[in-house]
Amino acid sequence: MTETTPEGDVKFPPVVGAGADGATISPATPEAAVVADLPDGIDLVHESGLELKSRSQWAYARRRFVRHRLAMVSLVVLAIILLAGAFANLITPYSFAAQDFAHSGQAPTFKAHHFFGTDVLGRDYFSRVVYGIRTSEKVALIVTLVSTVIGTLIGAVAGYYSGWVDNILMRFTDLILTLPGLAVLLTAAAFIGTGNPIRVAFILALLFWTALARIVRGSFLSLREKEYVEAAKAAGSGDLRIMFRHMLPNAVGPIVVNATLIVGIAILTEAALSFLGFGIQPPNPSLGKLINDGQDVSSSMWWLVTFPGLTIVLIVLCINFIGDGLRDALDPTQRRTRA
Amino acid sequence: MPEPILSIRDLVVEFATEDGVVHAVDGVTYDVFPGETLGIVGESGSGKSVSQLAILGLIPQPPGRILRGEAEFEGKDLLKMSKKDLRRLRGGQVAMVFQDPMTSLNPVLKIGHQIAEAIQAHQDDVGDKAAKARTIALLELVGVPNPDRRYDQYPHEFSGGMRQRAMIAMAIANDPKLLIADEPTTALDVTIQAQILETLKTAQEESHAATILITHDLGLIAELADRVVVMYAGKVVELTDVQTLFAAPRHPYTVGLMDSLPRLTVDEEWLRPIPGQPPSLISRPPGCAFHPRCFLSQGRTRCRTEEPPLRVIGPDGHLSACHFAEELVGQSSKLIDEPVAGASS
Amino acid sequence: MVTYIVRRFLYSIPVLFAASVLIFFSVTVAGDPLATLKQNPLASKQTIHNIEKRNHLNDPITTQYAYWLKEAVTNKFGSPLLQPGTKIWDDLKRVIPHTLQLVVLAEVLALLVGISIGVYSAIRQYSIFDYAATTFSFLGFAMPVFWLALMLQILFTNIFIKWHVRIFYTSGLSSQNPGGGIHFWIDRLQHLAIPAMTLMLLSIAQYSRFMRASMLEVVNSDYVRTARAKGLPERKVTLKHALRNALIPVVTVSALNFGALIGGAVITESIFQLDGMGPYFLGALFNQDAYVVMAWLMVTATAVVAFNLIADVLYGYIDPRIRYD
Repeated sequence: MTETTPEGDVKFPPVVGAGADGATISPATPEAAVVADLPDGIDLVHESGLELKSRSQWAYARRRFVRHRLAMVSLVVLAIILLAGAFANLITPYSFAAQDFAHSGQAPTFKAHHFFGTDVLGRDYFSRVVYGIRTSEKVALIVTLVSTVIGTLIGAVAGYYSGWVDNILMRFTDLILTLPGLAVLLTAAAFIGTGNPIRVAFILALLFWTALARIVRGSFLSLREKEYVEAAKAAGSGDLRIMFRHMLPNAVGPIVVNATLIVGIAILTEAALSFLGFGIQPPNPSLGKLINDGQDVSSSMWWLVTFPGLTIVLIVLCINFIGDGLRDALDPTQRRTRA
Repeated sequence: MPEPILSIRDLVVEFATEDGVVHAVDGVTYDVFPGETLGIVGESGSGKSVSQLAILGLIPQPPGRILRGEAEFEGKDLLKMSKKDLRRLRGGQVAMVFQDPMTSLNPVLKIGHQIAEAIQAHQDDVGDKAAKARTIALLELVGVPNPDRRYDQYPHEFSGGMRQRAMIAMAIANDPKLLIADEPTTALDVTIQAQILETLKTAQEESHAATILITHDLGLIAELADRVVVMYAGKVVELTDVQTLFAAPRHPYTVGLMDSLPRLTVDEEWLRPIPGQPPSLISRPPGCAFHPRCFLSQGRTRCRTEEPPLRVIGPDGHLSACHFAEELVGQSSKLIDEPVAGASS
Repeated sequence: MVTYIVRRFLYSIPVLFAASVLIFFSVTVAGDPLATLKQNPLASKQTIHNIEKRNHLNDPITTQYAYWLKEAVTNKFGSPLLQPGTKIWDDLKRVIPHTLQLVVLAEVLALLVGISIGVYSAIRQYSIFDYAATTFSFLGFAMPVFWLALMLQILFTNIFIKWHVRIFYTSGLSSQNPGGGIHFWIDRLQHLAIPAMTLMLLSIAQYSRFMRASMLEVVNSDYVRTARAKGLPERKVTLKHALRNALIPVVTVSALNFGALIGGAVITESIFQLDGMGPYFLGALFNQDAYVVMAWLMVTATAVVAFNLIADVLYGYIDPRIRYD
């Protein structure tokens, strides 16, 4: 995805009560302290008789997200798919590896619950796909967590300290970006070896933090000039405390959006690696490997390639729509006006 | 009185946004007469430039929408005109100078080309050479030194003042009958402002165009305007000639604007800013939109419940939209007891 | 302008040097490059010893790196670890043009289509066309490239089997007897068409979104309003005043994409069995030939850096604001 959130300055609408949602900004004025105690979304009556409707940034964000219909629908669809994957052993009609030569090569049918057909060995592809989803979930979860933590740390340190620390970290980030991503992953997979989902996930995570590091750095560079950061410094707060208690909550919008996008990219990349034979190895189920299995007989048994692929498309599509909704919600600089 | 060159009647412009409908211009009516300079004054967000952009078809639609109204230019309603005819008019008989010369010129095209383009858009018979010669003459007229060389430069090679001169040259390129200057000096340094004012005057004299001067700066109004429209929250609240406005303002908002001005001639005893902020145009205060900030209102029920109509309040069609405008007679605004530049003539 | 280019060029030298360090050390640290060979019962101790000696594999890692760098610079990466008789550069010389043909075809078409879609989406924002284009690009972003490639392959194979119509070939670079001159190139185009379509889909999705966003930003800018205010026809406002500015970021992105695709079409090339950079790389990985892998990574990193440079120069060319600095 090229549509990264604009680097740097993330402006929220009038931040009255930004502290309300657990975002911990130490109130700089007594007034702010009072405001912070109010539940978010409340209308505040402002001075001189003028009614100014003030909502907290989170209330704004939630309202915008809920209004994003595609994102809401995607959230529901994705939840169903993910739950199916998580409870694969409960909902699948067959086990992942069970062979049944009497029913090999069957086209999709509701008879005997072979919704996605069977392969040459008579294995039920619906069950295999659902187990594959489970693997994708596992990989995506780890990749997203690990790369978000790495990216946030590197970006925060670079942006907070700036100067030579920033220079070194960002040049290193640039350097990683000059290497073709998939090739580096393949190399790592070939020489370190892969096989199980956790290993694959960690290899992916080592490459996926770069975009986020740049975004967080941008936010931190602008945030460090803000008054409350200066106030916290003047009050003698430690660097770590300022970075993670004061500044991070204000950079959370782009981090969340980016993390969402990483989930999608991680699933796509894991599938590609596994398809090429450098990712998850049997007996672990994987959507990419399923497509690879179907490749040889693709002209006669189209369903073996089609359904695992469609599953990936659907999952990633939902994730990207949710990401889009989150971006609209959390990044009001791209505020849309409606006709 | 001669026929007005532009007459706007009951113009309503809205913008649909996520937070609701913004009533940017709400039933505005006024005339512009040939050769005169009409000042439109108001705080930012009072709808003073939107009305001009709207009648020329320059607001994005959507989200913008012209709900109703008329805008007759030389007898033809601009709002009913075909897109093509309106386009012919823009930059031809009606030209605009915008607020920010830093962003109003295309950064990737040469200055000379941008002006010549305006000429050729309206005069088909002008060849490239003639357009260039005319452009250089225009640049010279507005006081750009070395116009030959400047012709081939890009906007980033021009200073702010020089860019605004180029914008003015562009505006008068086709001898407009109406020149709309939208905050022409706001974005410039104070020292440059005076020069641009002079340039604007030159341009006006050269083209004999009627001028609409949109500004929040009463000083500029005093300097240039013949008649003044005061706008607040999308409505006209006062309309009169410039002398009367400064000598006998009949709307508390106008009085407030004047009281918040510092003067150089007297030792300042009090500077009185208007309290509060301009109202949200999404949910306007009921009754008179100005009442929460008004020193006359003071909790009067009528101000809160009844919207004051624009009515004749003084000689020569002096209009004001205040229930209690008469109470301002004899009230001292600091500017009232002192003749203002231009007001004495 | 010249000093600007020279300065940017000089800057890329340390970048490439750093890349070579990163590549060499991570590949070397990742594992013993001869691990697989040592498990092979057919490989004699002598062979292994020869390989180790020739490539200084038993020296300290920094010395190894120095030898490797020297070989890379003076001898165009030298020979593969496992096939000392051949030259890495000979293989690269063969595969790079193939990859370039594919990438240029796909990217040029994708740029044309993507920009058109993006511009039209922006000027007809929230129209049916805009929604369709948005849906299309979201699908493009969600689609695994290898899956799309397979689906297209299945589709065109079935067309051929059912109707015996040969529109496009579904694998390989050329037919057995492609003929000469124009016939050769027509045949080549028929082979590259589907792989190019595969690559194009994602690029079109990207460019159209990018162009749309960039165009929307520009369309609401003050200078476009000025262009309208001076009475230019809408066509001229869009194509001359808005488009030229909106293209600036897109040109940069596409130059970077070009660079990235030299080593980034691995999957497409291998599915369609095009003898390009991708299959060559996968082959080296399967053989675990670390020296070929490193040479390949260096070439692709160089491509990225070179196209970065090109992007900068192009940027300076279309945006007069940064021309003289």
